[in-house]
Amino acid sequence: MASRPELEKPPVIEPGHTYATVTDKISSIVLGRHTPISWFIGFAISFTLFMVMMYAITYTLVVGTGVWGINIPVGWGFAIINFVWWIGIGHAGTLISAILLLLRQDWRTSINRFAEAMTLFAVACAGIFPLLHTGRPWLAYWLLPYPNTMGMWPQFRSPLVWDVFAVSTYGTVSLLFWYVGLIPDLATLRDRSKRKAAQIIYGIGAMGWRGSAIHWHRYETAYLLLAGLATPLVVSVHTVVSFDFAVSLIPGWHTTIFPPYFVAGAIYSGFAMVMTLAIPIRKIYGLEDFITMRHLRNMAKIILATGLIVAYGYTMETFMAWYSGSLFESFMLENRMTGPYWMMYWALIVCNVITPQFLWFRRVRNSVVTLFVISLIVNVGMWLERYVIVVTSLHRDFLPSSWGMYAGTFWDWAIYVGTLGMFLSLLFLFVRVLPMISIFEMRTLIPGEKKDGGH
Amino acid sequence: MSSLRDARKPKGPDAPPAKDLRGARYWRSLEEWADTPEFRRFVEREFPENASQWADPVGRRRFLKLMGASLAMAGVGACTVQPPERIIPYVKQPEEIVPGKPLYYATAMPQWGIGQGLLVESHMGRPTKIEGNPDHPASLGASNHFSQASILGLYDPDRSDVIRRAGRIDTWDNFLAELASALEVEAGRGGRGLRLLTGTITSPSLAAQIEELLTLYPGSKHHQWEPLNRDNVLEGAKLVFGRPVETRYRFDRAKVIVSLDSDFLAWGPASVRHARDFAGARRSEDGEMSRLYVVEPTPSLTGGVADHRLALESHRVEAVARRLAANLGIEGGAASVESAEQWIAGAVADLQRHRGDSLVVAGDGQPPIVHALAHAINHRLGNVGSTVEYTRPLGARPVNQTESLGSLVDDMRSGGVDLLVILDGNPVYDAPVDFDFAAALQSVKLRIHLSQSEDETSQGCHWHIPGAHFLESWGDVRAFDGTVSIIQPLIRPLYGGRSSHELLGALLGRPGLTAEQAVRDHWAAQMGPDSEKQWRKSVHDGVVAGTAFPPLTPQLDEAALRAEAGSTTSPSGMEVLFRGDPCVADGRYANNGWLQELPKPLTKLTWDNAALISPAMARELSLENGDVVRLSHGERGVEAPIWVLPGQAARSVTVHLGSGHRRAGRVAEGVGFDAYPLRESDKLWNAAGIQIEKTGQRRFLACTQNHHLIETGLASQQAHDRHLVRETEIEEYRSNPEVIHEMGHEFPEEMTLYPPHEYPGHAWGMVIDLGACTGCNACVVACQSENNIPVVGKQMVEMGREMHWIRIDRYFEGDLDDPRYVHQPMICQHCENAPCEVVCPVAATSHSAEGLNEMTYNRCVGTRYCSNNCPYKVRRFNFLLYQDWDTPSLKLMRNPDVTVRSRGVMEKCTFCVQRINAARIVARNEDRKIEDGEIVTACEAACPSQAITFGDINDSASRVARLKADKLNYGILNELNTRPRTTYLARLKNSNPELADG
Repeated sequence: MASRPELEKPPVIEPGHTYATVTDKISSIVLGRHTPISWFIGFAISFTLFMVMMYAITYTLVVGTGVWGINIPVGWGFAIINFVWWIGIGHAGTLISAILLLLRQDWRTSINRFAEAMTLFAVACAGIFPLLHTGRPWLAYWLLPYPNTMGMWPQFRSPLVWDVFAVSTYGTVSLLFWYVGLIPDLATLRDRSKRKAAQIIYGIGAMGWRGSAIHWHRYETAYLLLAGLATPLVVSVHTVVSFDFAVSLIPGWHTTIFPPYFVAGAIYSGFAMVMTLAIPIRKIYGLEDFITMRHLRNMAKIILATGLIVAYGYTMETFMAWYSGSLFESFMLENRMTGPYWMMYWALIVCNVITPQFLWFRRVRNSVVTLFVISLIVNVGMWLERYVIVVTSLHRDFLPSSWGMYAGTFWDWAIYVGTLGMFLSLLFLFVRVLPMISIFEMRTLIPGEKKDGGH
Repeated sequence: MSSLRDARKPKGPDAPPAKDLRGARYWRSLEEWADTPEFRRFVEREFPENASQWADPVGRRRFLKLMGASLAMAGVGACTVQPPERIIPYVKQPEEIVPGKPLYYATAMPQWGIGQGLLVESHMGRPTKIEGNPDHPASLGASNHFSQASILGLYDPDRSDVIRRAGRIDTWDNFLAELASALEVEAGRGGRGLRLLTGTITSPSLAAQIEELLTLYPGSKHHQWEPLNRDNVLEGAKLVFGRPVETRYRFDRAKVIVSLDSDFLAWGPASVRHARDFAGARRSEDGEMSRLYVVEPTPSLTGGVADHRLALESHRVEAVARRLAANLGIEGGAASVESAEQWIAGAVADLQRHRGDSLVVAGDGQPPIVHALAHAINHRLGNVGSTVEYTRPLGARPVNQTESLGSLVDDMRSGGVDLLVILDGNPVYDAPVDFDFAAALQSVKLRIHLSQSEDETSQGCHWHIPGAHFLESWGDVRAFDGTVSIIQPLIRPLYGGRSSHELLGALLGRPGLTAEQAVRDHWAAQMGPDSEKQWRKSVHDGVVAGTAFPPLTPQLDEAALRAEAGSTTSPSGMEVLFRGDPCVADGRYANNGWLQELPKPLTKLTWDNAALISPAMARELSLENGDVVRLSHGERGVEAPIWVLPGQAARSVTVHLGSGHRRAGRVAEGVGFDAYPLRESDKLWNAAGIQIEKTGQRRFLACTQNHHLIETGLASQQAHDRHLVRETEIEEYRSNPEVIHEMGHEFPEEMTLYPPHEYPGHAWGMVIDLGACTGCNACVVACQSENNIPVVGKQMVEMGREMHWIRIDRYFEGDLDDPRYVHQPMICQHCENAPCEVVCPVAATSHSAEGLNEMTYNRCVGTRYCSNNCPYKVRRFNFLLYQDWDTPSLKLMRNPDVTVRSRGVMEKCTFCVQRINAARIVARNEDRKIEDGEIVTACEAACPSQAITFGDINDSASRVARLKADKLNYGILNELNTRPRTTYLARLKNSNPELADG
């Protein structure tokens, strides 16, 4: 598409657009009468899966976590794997909206809105698991520090308590950031919608936005501040999540490389997920003008870069297992590679280390279909990575007499697949009722209007 | 049900007159019962709510349990836990009963007719826990898993609670009436048609009643049958002594022991005492350590602690015995045993060096000639009087039980038996298959069966009379040395059971006779003028003083051995060994969930038995664990899943009896396979020439350790590399006492981020002596009983969710075909730097001021992080609601001092904190310090070999502190800096240097 990329950066919005066309195009998806039939089909499928999850959760609550495959020694299973996976996925949204904003990467504009939404929904999915995986979920609020008649605080040395803070902060900031970003667009929708109900609802959401200079000024300040707040979270959340493992003494968990390696992995999987979602959406809603090949290429480069960091992490794990001279460490690695879960391990290497190497090639980066396939593979690979870390470390640790095996049950899978359903259901609703691309920010990208791309 | 109707058919004319009456009463009582408001409420309110639970197996199981229990309890009505006239609040408190304070009563548990002395803990009239009786010779304070689990046997909701005639509920009066008319017929002809079938009888009072019966009906006969009988022992003695004598072994005096397929540490009436004596002789500080040689076809606990173990097929053990005898100068034709020559030479040289303090023991499963040879060798070595003593037989009426049962079957078949009374026992299930007992039984006109549950034999009998548990009725029983214990009841029969004494009373025409009366009357006559005082003392102490059998000095006739010389045959092909199940014995404990879920010591299988084969055979026949094979012998055969057990003799297949019940209760039915259909009367212990065929089916077996790793040896190799079980030769230890410490890595204590704990008062700790531990499982069940640990079922075990707080780790070492195996009890290590404590987000597991790692169940939210971070993996999680909250009888059983845990919380060993606190309260009231030995944990109390020591490590004079200072003491995974409070004493081996490769 971009014929001479070496001379000038390809545009982040295709030529020929004006303020009006941008606003029309994006807002019509929401306000237009015509909802594509594919939306209904997709939503129906997602919602069914969502209901499967609700059923499985109800069953788990009624009968107990014993309906899952967890046991002694493998006390954590799908719930923790899925939790880490979903939290990781969320990271791309925050990275795109906050860090790229601060770095003035204006190409982020067309993908940040739904990346943020994705973050929010991913955090919502992730949040289900730590609650549900406890033996007595109705008492999980004991992890919160609140004054109580028991005179008990949480036990602050436990990484799970740190997790509570990290994830709840992350969820809150992501929600605020996303909502604040929406305000001017909600006002646009309020103004453009023809129906009373929509006007009222969008009007409430717009919080009286009138687009005055002082509004814009305060808005920009708040948005920048929130971006500043969210930026450290990109690094901190997955660092804390990795502490759940790194602080323990289990071989395969007790590793100092975990924090950076988890953060890189999170961004890796997050961008893969953004790509997985962006590619069909731009096709279905005809948004190729806004989400251009440049976006996809940039994301592919980030996937390649973070993929390399993750690969380095695997290499270091292997190296340290050997270099430490620790019997437990070297056995753990040997067991991962050749033990009963060897297929999982090698599948993860293929998915996470081998697959992204194709992104070195420009032809691959320019092929939408290939990118889509690679992004799917990376998502699977990152799930496998968490499976390998959680399960293979626990199932054979120190005393051979306590070794065991783990496999997810029907209910494990039902809840996992169900969260995918919930995630997609929320996304479908989001693209239907809210502008999935930031209208006002896109307007700033129109060539000749505001060259510097600032706010 | 149809078989029940069939069972009634041949009986014919005597039924009709009473039938209508009984039928009407039955229905009337059922209606009365069904109309109770409780039941209505139950049906109307409970059922709709619970109906949804049918959808899931867990809920359904609970619902069925609830339903079944309600039915069971409705049946017994008032349940008669307390006599009805006293169901009023205590206006005046009975003496001694203080709410919350348990009382202990001495009693004894009969097993195979022989007694084990017990002290039973009773809370407000409910027996809750079994301990050994320190004054009893077979216990000395210790117990075994069978006696520990008997408390669950007492409260078992599946026990029968009604008298039945041909399956229908009936009354004791109707029973007496029918019995009286049958006895009237017998009285007219001298009792020719009357037969009594019992197990081994050592009870003097019961024996006296039987004598009386036989005198009253001179034509009647008494038969005895135990499936795991000791015929070989008595026949072997007869062979050389000319009469049956009992052999008593003194393992505390023996320096060299040769076991000819004898599992003396785990089986037999004196095993608890043997374990104590043997462990004592193995402790190095007592001068010379004993040395044990074991030759056996299938791994046993005794083989596990042997210095030199030789795996040989059962029929070749005889050749080894002959060879030993020949080398010691006893004539008797010795075949050579290739592959065992070196072992034999080493053993012989050792035996010769230890004349007078050596010992040769033969196993119950070996033929009489092996026993005879053992007697001859002991005589030749001058061991008689020092390590071996002879007494008269324990049984009051010693007979060859196989012949006894055989003659009964012949009589039944020829129609000569009109009235058969079976007291306990389950011969329809466990009689030798060639007797076809069930069919023969059908030709008896009136069949009466007294048993605690309705089993296969009850089904084949006209009358089923619920039996009383030994904790519910009076009785008496002899221990292995003849010492009598009075069995005193702790509770009135929960299910209206009758004792053997009562039933014999009815046979003797004294239907009102109570067991107490029968026993007291007998002993009043025995004890003479001072009987009341003696009786009180005997009941209190749990032993009747002076009743041990005096030693005999029978004359040995070596010539008899020569007569047997030519009988050595060496059958070819494969042999099958019939052994009692390590957990459910001959099947009598099959409905006991604790024992079913107890991992068998060597295979670690639960809820199942299997055909055990050697790795060599598995390779040869390309069999894997779980493959179902058909074991056939002639036209008889059984289908059994395979389990590969290293250490099994190459051509031997071991099957454990006691599983595969067709009718025995909800726990037992459908568990495992029944091996009895392969067991013939002349091949009770092993049968040569069996065929193994693969069926192509597979059966899923629930194993608690290293399910698929035995064949590869990976787990054992890793265990070895990690120095988990440390052992060394005694000689090496003597030359370098630091050898055990040098095996592992120590960690500098100050290397921790958090400040160290201070223990100004007590600091509780434990030491487990691996040299003494045999892996017998007594501690596991004792812990389960003390701490209200639930049973989870086969599927949960297979998923890795068993709840036992004590896991006995078992590792194989060395060659797969001829390994050594070691046991290591693994409990919460109560680490100083406990990894579980720092990761719990809600501080539900915390460090006490006395160094206990405490679990606060109420606070636990169930993240399971503590378990993940526990390097010993000793924490157990209630993944589902495992505890039975509904069955009333099981509520009575629980220890009121220990929280009953619910779903979703973590639990683990507490060092029996309830016992620590009980001792603390007593000491504080008396204003003194807790003394060493005052707190005994449940596992420590049960341990037959005294391998477990608990105490205050701050008190340098305590036993535990002294053991911790021992050079053999080491902690597991010290390199992690967890600093465990539970440490281990390394195992010392005493190999014969002449047998260099062990």
